[in-house]
Amino acid sequence: MIRGILAACIVALSGQVHAETIVIEGGRVLTMGLQGEIPHGTVLISDGRIVAVGKDIAIPADARRIDATGKIVTPGLVASGTGLGLIEVRQVPATDDRGTRNELISAAFDAGFGLNPDSLLIPVARLGGITSAISVPQFRDSPGREVLFAGQAAAISLGGPAILRKRGAAMVLELGEAGAERAGGARGAALVTLRAILAEVRDYSVRRPAFDRGETAPYILSRLDMDALIPVVEGRVPLLVSVNRASDIRDVLAIAREERLKIILEGAAEGWRVAREIAAARVPVVLNPVKNVPVSFEALGATLHNAGVLARMGVTIAIQGNGPNREREMRYNAGNAAANGLGWATALAAITINPARMFGIADRVGSIEPGKDADLVIWDGDPLDTLSRPLAVFIRGEGQPMASRATELRDRYMHTIKGKDGK
Amino acid sequence: MAAAPGGGDPFPSTYVPGETVPTAIVDATILTGTGVRIDGGTLLMRDGKVEAVMAGSAVPDGYRKVDGRGRWVTPGIIDAHSHLGIGAAPHVPSHQDVNEMTSPNTADVWAEHAVWPQDPQFRLARAAGVTSLMVLPGSANLFGGRSVTLKNIHASTVQAMKFPAAPHGLKMACGENPKTVYGGKGRGPSTRMGNIAGFRQAWIEADAYHKGWEAWEKGGKAGDPPKRDLKLETLAGVLAGGITVQNHCYRPDEMAIMIDMAREFGFRITAFHHATEAFKIVPLLVKEDICVATWAGSWGAKMESLDGIEESAPMIHAAGGCAIIHSDDGVLIQRLNQEAGVAMTAAARAGLPIAREDAIRWITANPAKAMGIADKTGTLEAGKMADVVLWSADPFSVYAHADVVWIDGAVNWDRAARNPSPASDFLLGQPGQDFIR
Repeated sequence: MIRGILAACIVALSGQVHAETIVIEGGRVLTMGLQGEIPHGTVLISDGRIVAVGKDIAIPADARRIDATGKIVTPGLVASGTGLGLIEVRQVPATDDRGTRNELISAAFDAGFGLNPDSLLIPVARLGGITSAISVPQFRDSPGREVLFAGQAAAISLGGPAILRKRGAAMVLELGEAGAERAGGARGAALVTLRAILAEVRDYSVRRPAFDRGETAPYILSRLDMDALIPVVEGRVPLLVSVNRASDIRDVLAIAREERLKIILEGAAEGWRVAREIAAARVPVVLNPVKNVPVSFEALGATLHNAGVLARMGVTIAIQGNGPNREREMRYNAGNAAANGLGWATALAAITINPARMFGIADRVGSIEPGKDADLVIWDGDPLDTLSRPLAVFIRGEGQPMASRATELRDRYMHTIKGKDGK
Repeated sequence: MAAAPGGGDPFPSTYVPGETVPTAIVDATILTGTGVRIDGGTLLMRDGKVEAVMAGSAVPDGYRKVDGRGRWVTPGIIDAHSHLGIGAAPHVPSHQDVNEMTSPNTADVWAEHAVWPQDPQFRLARAAGVTSLMVLPGSANLFGGRSVTLKNIHASTVQAMKFPAAPHGLKMACGENPKTVYGGKGRGPSTRMGNIAGFRQAWIEADAYHKGWEAWEKGGKAGDPPKRDLKLETLAGVLAGGITVQNHCYRPDEMAIMIDMAREFGFRITAFHHATEAFKIVPLLVKEDICVATWAGSWGAKMESLDGIEESAPMIHAAGGCAIIHSDDGVLIQRLNQEAGVAMTAAARAGLPIAREDAIRWITANPAKAMGIADKTGTLEAGKMADVVLWSADPFSVYAHADVVWIDGAVNWDRAARNPSPASDFLLGQPGQDFIR
């Protein structure tokens, strides 16, 4: 069975992939859409799109048929809050484009530029079933430089040469301890600065000609940064706010309400303590559920139960992986959340449809529904468990190579083990 | 204890096992850590020791019975590479005691002098089945100092946690870390050449020191003893054989150099740690009987870890070597079982199937071997310490919880209890204490 599916992928790679019609039959299809779970479902793919999903689907005569009987079929997973596409080796600065020390650019920094589709990290993540990612800028602190915003996140696809899906998927801000430090050592300074910047952006947005003529008072941020923040103050681009302490979350919710901002909370170690308020504000949360170590004074209430409590109280959550090199562990993080109070289906939603919705790419990915891109994964078992792995990964209908540089290294040295022929 | 010229351990263990009752875990799937799996088996514990492991569910009178149906039993999980207590949470500057970054040779510092028993991470690791761990100084220096092996109990002093009669380990570090730290300070080492030169110079001095003490002892301890030197005492302890060598080293070329260097000075490297490229020199490592403590998932943060693969531990295991899955991290130490599951599953896909009864050794018997405590713990054999975990499900799965953890036969974690294990003093009065972890 494994061999059959792998062979099918190799055929897909060599053939007329985009024009191809593929049917995946017999699998337990977890659509993550309105059709829910289909026990012995069929997914029909044509021209890189999902054409039909269901039980009784007319299969075109020319379709290539892939038998997924006894397997699980899910949408391709969506990694939220990663550096994929922007980084190779963290300790080699020349390979890390996640952030800038440029004095003129903070909010204007755009993760949608400089993406590297040939990154070694992408195939590794893909072998963990990930087909889309939200690449998020990082802060590049340096002495004397105080920036509140790291820049704009981009949504990317993990297949094909053109990996950018969407620019401006979110504007990245850190509050709490890190935000306080950047604003001069106190939360009060960060919150005051943030409000002042938002007011100035609103002012600038209606007085750009005056600004160009030099008739406005000097603003805190550069023109580039304010241009980038206009869609944020207008509520069109979400503000992705990293924050952990319960009181900080309350502060952020209050600012978002007053300023009419669309926000997404990131981290939210103590989110469970204010889950009702987060739910009432209809604010989604991106979190890593295995981070239960009280690493800082703002995360003393960290617990494995955070994801479960938030979801139970009605908060929409997305689950992160463990950094760009270890995004493939995202599904295990979801599994750990499921083992600690989060419903299994919600855990899967937290790595598929939920992040797709939060970052505005759910029209294309996140569920197996007609019209969406054919990003899907066939699994040999529970996709959230360490004991299962993908058998095949499709991106826009194209079977992806089930290999990475790491598997090539493995295969190169396998023969050195006594009795192993390297196969 | 390590053959310190002063003799004995100046900071001796005061560890006292908790209260025990004769206990029988009945009708469980048991992985003994010796390569054996018993389905529907029974484990008997008495007086802090494993008494018997057997098929069937017949239990003699006088045992507290624990229903093991649908559950799994393994030896207590052992982490061969941890910084708990010395890199304590919260990770505030006051708690940063991992690297004595003031000299490339700090063989004189001991991890146990910095262990904060109230580090909340100890309890989190306990909740995940970790019964013993080796706490190592960091890798900033060529010689980082001495490790300490702990029983993972709630205590107020490090002596009360010290694993009785466990040897010290000497932490050494190859490669990027020492050369980057000291090159950045404008002194040596600033290259890998400088690293090895720094090592060899120190071993030359240690050899002379060791011989000086030997001569004094052979001469009936006549006259004044040689002057004590804490750095050289540690290195001489390695040469004398009482201290293990725990070597942070990623690349195979560097491991091979370290092996030759160890031979030059007449000592053995016990384990290479991290060792992401160990899979490239498996026959050499097997021949030299050097354990490899590594990960499945971590790779690529720096050049020397770029070639990490998921199947490293399984490849070493399959060739007859001593493979270890370690954490080096307060989050990963809570799921060493899952990390082993990742390695096992990846290897099976690569055509290298490894049974659960074998894979469990990567996080039990093999780390015990590297830590020099394999005669006392790490397997479920009669007479060994009753360091035992009862898992709710297949321990290699994300869904497995450590339901009960016994350390020397005493319950130190009971998931069903109102308070499964005492919280750290630090977390009293803080939020979140109603959650299990």
